[in-house]
Amino acid sequence: MKKRGFADLFFLLLVVYLVLPVVATMLYAFATNWNKTILPEGLTLTWLAALFQDAEFIQAFGRSVLLSSGAVMIALLVIVPAIFVIVLYFPKYEKWIQMAVVMVYSFPGIILAVGLIRVYSKFGVPMILVVLGAYVIGILPYIYQGTRNSLQNVNARQLIDAAQLLGASKLQAFTKILLPTVYPGLFAGALLSFSVLFGEFVLINLVVGSRFETVQIYLMKKLSTSGHIASAVVFIYIVLMGLLTYAIATLTKRSKGATNL
Amino acid sequence: MISKRQTVAWLSPFLVLVLLFFLVPLLYMLITSFQYSDGFTLAQYQTVLTNDYILQGFTNSITLSVISAVIALMVTLFAVYAIMRFSEPMREKILILTNLTSNFSGIPLAFAFIVLLGNSGLFTLLFDKWGIDTFSSFSLYSWGGLLLIYIYFQLPLALMLLYPIYDGIQQQWKDAAALLGASTWQFWMKIGIPVMLPGIVGTFSVLFANAMGAYASAYALTSSNYNLVAIRIGSLIKGDIFAQPELASAIAVILAVTMVTAMLLSEWSISKTRRKL
Repeated sequence: MKKRGFADLFFLLLVVYLVLPVVATMLYAFATNWNKTILPEGLTLTWLAALFQDAEFIQAFGRSVLLSSGAVMIALLVIVPAIFVIVLYFPKYEKWIQMAVVMVYSFPGIILAVGLIRVYSKFGVPMILVVLGAYVIGILPYIYQGTRNSLQNVNARQLIDAAQLLGASKLQAFTKILLPTVYPGLFAGALLSFSVLFGEFVLINLVVGSRFETVQIYLMKKLSTSGHIASAVVFIYIVLMGLLTYAIATLTKRSKGATNL
Repeated sequence: MISKRQTVAWLSPFLVLVLLFFLVPLLYMLITSFQYSDGFTLAQYQTVLTNDYILQGFTNSITLSVISAVIALMVTLFAVYAIMRFSEPMREKILILTNLTSNFSGIPLAFAFIVLLGNSGLFTLLFDKWGIDTFSSFSLYSWGGLLLIYIYFQLPLALMLLYPIYDGIQQQWKDAAALLGASTWQFWMKIGIPVMLPGIVGTFSVLFANAMGAYASAYALTSSNYNLVAIRIGSLIKGDIFAQPELASAIAVILAVTMVTAMLLSEWSISKTRRKL
């Protein structure tokens, strides 16, 4: 069919366009010299080795992991209980959470940065804590989606009431019954949040700057100085994102009914 | 049931965080945009609306966002049509790939395009060698390069938003239409596209907002040289010498209004499609 071929062509175009920059950058991380030929002249591990021997990079990586996972932890401890309470006991207020989700999604870092700097820069609060707080709120959409998708499949309110009727305390019902049910969806949401935060640049760069050098800021610095090192950083970044994406896909499949994570 | 004290205990940390790191900063930004020493002024907004440079930033951002959204939307409309005919496991793999590339944005994405199309990029050199001259007028570090990068990060988002909308088109509808003598073309023109239209409009607004708020890629590629709204705001708050938080706030407020409008429009029209499906 003629139209079928037409659509396939667009699909092919899309895949090539999405994959080519990823593959080229990853290959560049291993290339000895690649300015005259179609494929690199030779392959080497020099750049990756150099990157791993750079204490500055290791530290930046550690900071990124610490900051992103810290924000995700806080979000799990603070946002998830709040979502549970509202969904279970005050379902009519759930639209307020949904509105908050849309609002958070509508205000990108570049707008939020203006307000954050304005409010907190004169109080002497460590700005890194401000970014941490903004990160916790920033991942609200993913955490909410992850929790909500799993809650949809079970009648959570009835489960909790039944458990309590059978003598469980509220905390027991919550941790032993509800949490295991939503665990895969929630975990997928947490990993997704982590990967989004790991790639965040706007807030950390504008609000804190090079005083707290994350992987993204390190990469930005290397962009103008060493292409090979920069590509090695991007290589590591892509591998990490690949692992996370795979884990998220597996988890999402397990928590059936999660449609759009 | 749940006691009042428990409710407060569970909800208040969340509300405090929303207040501290979302509502208060945004409110304060709004107030700042009207501030002059200790008085009230509309001067910042007047500046925004009369300053050619800032207006150009808005024009550039809007043009870039609209064009990148339209192109990404057109490509994915056809691509999703093709994807829908693949087997289930294949579709899943494609969605995983999409999710992976959706994380590929900001600085890493800008760098990938430098590797491909920068001053000594692979394609730049390749086309040079082949004697193709079209690239001499192309600069990655300006409008053309930004458009390519913006299209790149719009594609996965467009795909993820369009996919469920396409998925809602039932096979029975096609069968029924075919039974009544409609061609595939007629089905899409008279039933498929009209049903999906609010969803497509909604997707377009999300893409538009997504591009309007983007900062990192443009910053990495052109530092502050290409005039976009987001870049303007960034340099007005970061500018160590000429930091102008009041003006930055006014621009940010206008940008925020644009984005919230786009997002609400998309929420409204996507939910309209869902009800129909």
